[in-house]
Amino acid sequence: MEDKILAVLLEHGRLPVPADSLGEGDDLYAAGMTSHASISVMLGLEDAFDVEFPDRMLTREVFSSIASIRAALDELATAA
Amino acid sequence: MSGDFLSGVRAAAAVAAEHVDDVDREARFPQEGIDALKDSSALSALADGVPFAEVAQACQVLGRACSATAMVFAMHQIEVACLLSTDDWPWAKGYLADLTREQRLIGSVTSEIGTGGDMGRSISSVEPQSDGSCTLVKQAPTVSYGEYADDFLTTTRRSPDADGGDQVAVMHLRHQTTMEKKGTWDPLGMRGTCSPGFAVSATFAPEQVHPTPYVTLGAETMVPVSHLLWSHLWVGIAVEAFERAKKSVKAAGTNGSSVKAQRLSELHGQLSGTRAQLAEALERWQREYAEPGRPALQTMSATLRHNVLKTSVSRSVASICQGALEITGIAGFRNDSPLAIGRLLRDSLSASLMVSNDRLHETNSALLMVVKEG
Repeated sequence: MEDKILAVLLEHGRLPVPADSLGEGDDLYAAGMTSHASISVMLGLEDAFDVEFPDRMLTREVFSSIASIRAALDELATAA
Repeated sequence: MSGDFLSGVRAAAAVAAEHVDDVDREARFPQEGIDALKDSSALSALADGVPFAEVAQACQVLGRACSATAMVFAMHQIEVACLLSTDDWPWAKGYLADLTREQRLIGSVTSEIGTGGDMGRSISSVEPQSDGSCTLVKQAPTVSYGEYADDFLTTTRRSPDADGGDQVAVMHLRHQTTMEKKGTWDPLGMRGTCSPGFAVSATFAPEQVHPTPYVTLGAETMVPVSHLLWSHLWVGIAVEAFERAKKSVKAAGTNGSSVKAQRLSELHGQLSGTRAQLAEALERWQREYAEPGRPALQTMSATLRHNVLKTSVSRSVASICQGALEITGIAGFRNDSPLAIGRLLRDSLSASLMVSNDRLHETNSALLMVVKEG
């Protein structure tokens, strides 16, 4: 799962640093991800994992780190 | 107490209305209206426990009388709402006591030259000094009533090495602030807000930095409160234009059976729809703001809703004012007529520009791709 998340961040995050140089808990916004790029990341994750984030999960917090993205995807997988 | 608040506001609106033509003609600060609001302690209303819905209503009442007075009042209340947004800011508690006692007027420095109108990014930053104080220097393209505000709430980066989006809001007092005016002020409308550019520099204590990151403060409080209060005063402008149109139809004496009367009815539909949209947005924000942790306000669907309120009310009020002009005809076109629509129309045209609708649509069009309930 980690690799797939990294691939999406690499493709859509428009980060000024390589996504695989970031730690699990590092703040992606502090690393330079704009709110516009974060929307591309959300769409990229929905595609890659074939899920739909419900509105309550579409928050800044959920997409702020690799760890929080994984927690959200885990929650969706458990619920499914 | 809140009954006193709205009657005080109505009295201040009457004062503001007496001076509105002069304020507009001279592009001068609406001192009389603001003084009347201070005299009735209206500037500390939110801090004194007046319900938010009544403050919103006050913006509409003032908007009918003098848009500039209403805008200054609304913007001030936005800053007060930010100060009240957390219990976890001891410095603000002391300041709010001063506000109640002295009726200080708070301005804001949110826009910045070089950010392309994006309020969510800053170039300037809080710079810690060796004596324990902090400084900031910001080039602002507009500061509403910048020469007349007692104190300022300014957005800026958290530190010199923070990312552009890592912002905080700093509350600094007039005696801590140097304002160098840049350029002149001779706009199409909202002339009394006196909003030229300024180079702002301030020295302040670290305790004066709002403890909530701006990205959260903005999403929960500053953006929705701005869009709600502005919308109320804009609707006030539209109501005044509508009432003038209605007077002109009545004066024609056709008992509502004319083409103009039908146009008035269409205008009424538009105004009613706008008011309903605003009432729903106000109710929903208040409910979501009262929830512990305010989770609903962190969502992108909330951002989308708050943005679309602003874009649609701002368009609608300008269209209502223009419709009112068509109904009143030459009487409305004349500036020296009791049915004059000119100032109202000019003021209403500012609504789609202050925080550009184009920028909000750009954000919303991206949000629409992910939000499930548009």
